[in-house]
Amino acid sequence: MPVRTALTRYALACLAGAIVATSAGAQPSPEQTALAIRQGHMKNYAAMLGVLGPMAQGAREYDAAAAQVAADNIYHLSMIDQTHYWPPGTAQGEIEGSAALPAIWENMDDFMAKQEALADVASQLREAAGTDLASLQAAVGALGQACGACHQPYRAQN
Amino acid sequence: MRVTLTLLVAAALLGAAGWWVSAPDPLPAAALAGVTGDAERGAALFAMAGCESCHRAPDDQGGEGPPVLSGGRAFLSEFGTFHAPNISPSPQGIGDWTDAEIIQATMRGVSPLGAHYYPAFPYPAYRLAAVQDVADIAAFLRTLPESDAPNRPHEVGFPFNIRRGIGLWKALFLRDDFVLQGDLEPAVERGRYLVEALAHCGECHTPRNALGALDRSRWLGGAPNPSGPGRIPNITPGVLTWTEEEIALYLQSGFTPVFDVAGGEMAEVIRSNTSRMTDEDRRAIAAYLKAVPPVAPPAP
Repeated sequence: MPVRTALTRYALACLAGAIVATSAGAQPSPEQTALAIRQGHMKNYAAMLGVLGPMAQGAREYDAAAAQVAADNIYHLSMIDQTHYWPPGTAQGEIEGSAALPAIWENMDDFMAKQEALADVASQLREAAGTDLASLQAAVGALGQACGACHQPYRAQN
Repeated sequence: MRVTLTLLVAAALLGAAGWWVSAPDPLPAAALAGVTGDAERGAALFAMAGCESCHRAPDDQGGEGPPVLSGGRAFLSEFGTFHAPNISPSPQGIGDWTDAEIIQATMRGVSPLGAHYYPAFPYPAYRLAAVQDVADIAAFLRTLPESDAPNRPHEVGFPFNIRRGIGLWKALFLRDDFVLQGDLEPAVERGRYLVEALAHCGECHTPRNALGALDRSRWLGGAPNPSGPGRIPNITPGVLTWTEEEIALYLQSGFTPVFDVAGGEMAEVIRSNTSRMTDEDRRAIAAYLKAVPPVAPPAP
């Protein structure tokens, strides 16, 4: 049920985004599309963490099945090859709404290595989520650090 | 002739007064008498004081082991570029310093040779710390790995390159009182000590005046990001509407209430500073942030 609530919220957010995009009239540029896709990808992580986080923090009762679904989704998200998410011309200042720092394009190898580090942690999360609450807590903590490790050098202060 | 003489005397007096006002102002010996540092206690205080995020080597992203405080990170400002010095326990760092010298440097911004440090080093905040806490940090510093990295001089233009001038800045702007005053709950008081002194949150979250001093009338009201685009957020109740629980969880995990994850400098602050605090201390910070006067966001 919590998963469904989170997914519904996510679907509504996507729909709202689509309406806004359509009402703007013009076809989105390839850069705008890349931006929308990668930001949606990040929101998808946040929606799944909206299931796992409160369990790990003790605000919601641990539910092994729901945790497993969310962790599986995070794992699959982390496996997506992101090469097409980051075309040139989509850094902050180059395109409206972007918080991506130019450092990404100066250090693309490191940036992609951090994605792979996230995928490793997500794979551990997938193993841990359905086991018990203590395993979930440790794995969610590690996931947060992997997110932060990339946000720190590559996403603008906001 | 008489006018010239009067002017000369006046100038000499003014110069003498300036020289006197700008002199280094160390803690009196009595304040340091009998203080011995405890390295074990210092480990936790070192994390609270956030030493590592500025003094760690630039290419060290921070791992599990003890940090190597080789210095070398560059900090941009309107006044020039400051380079964090080596504070590892080596001859190039603080290895040959006495505890008293470390305390005077940290709390008063005075070097062992009696020169002023630039306030890029947050001694205006550490000034409000307890001498014992700083002594404990000094004892802990001595347990860390040595680095022989040489210090890089700061790149600061005239007139800010006159060190003595920092003495005037100190006379104008250093304060011995906390911003938040009044009868405070014990948790808020603890939070005040962490935010205003040890963890020096105000250094980034409070806007500065033209001379680079914190504007206490807009305490924690947000400021331009000195090292890149964007702003350091306003964390007063004027903007920050998270619950105390949400603030404490953010400082522990980096997760916002909508499960975004902290980025920029705050990711490092959470990693090496607030995530290593006790739950009680993180809640104390949250309680304090709810108690500071709200600063309104800029009109749209």
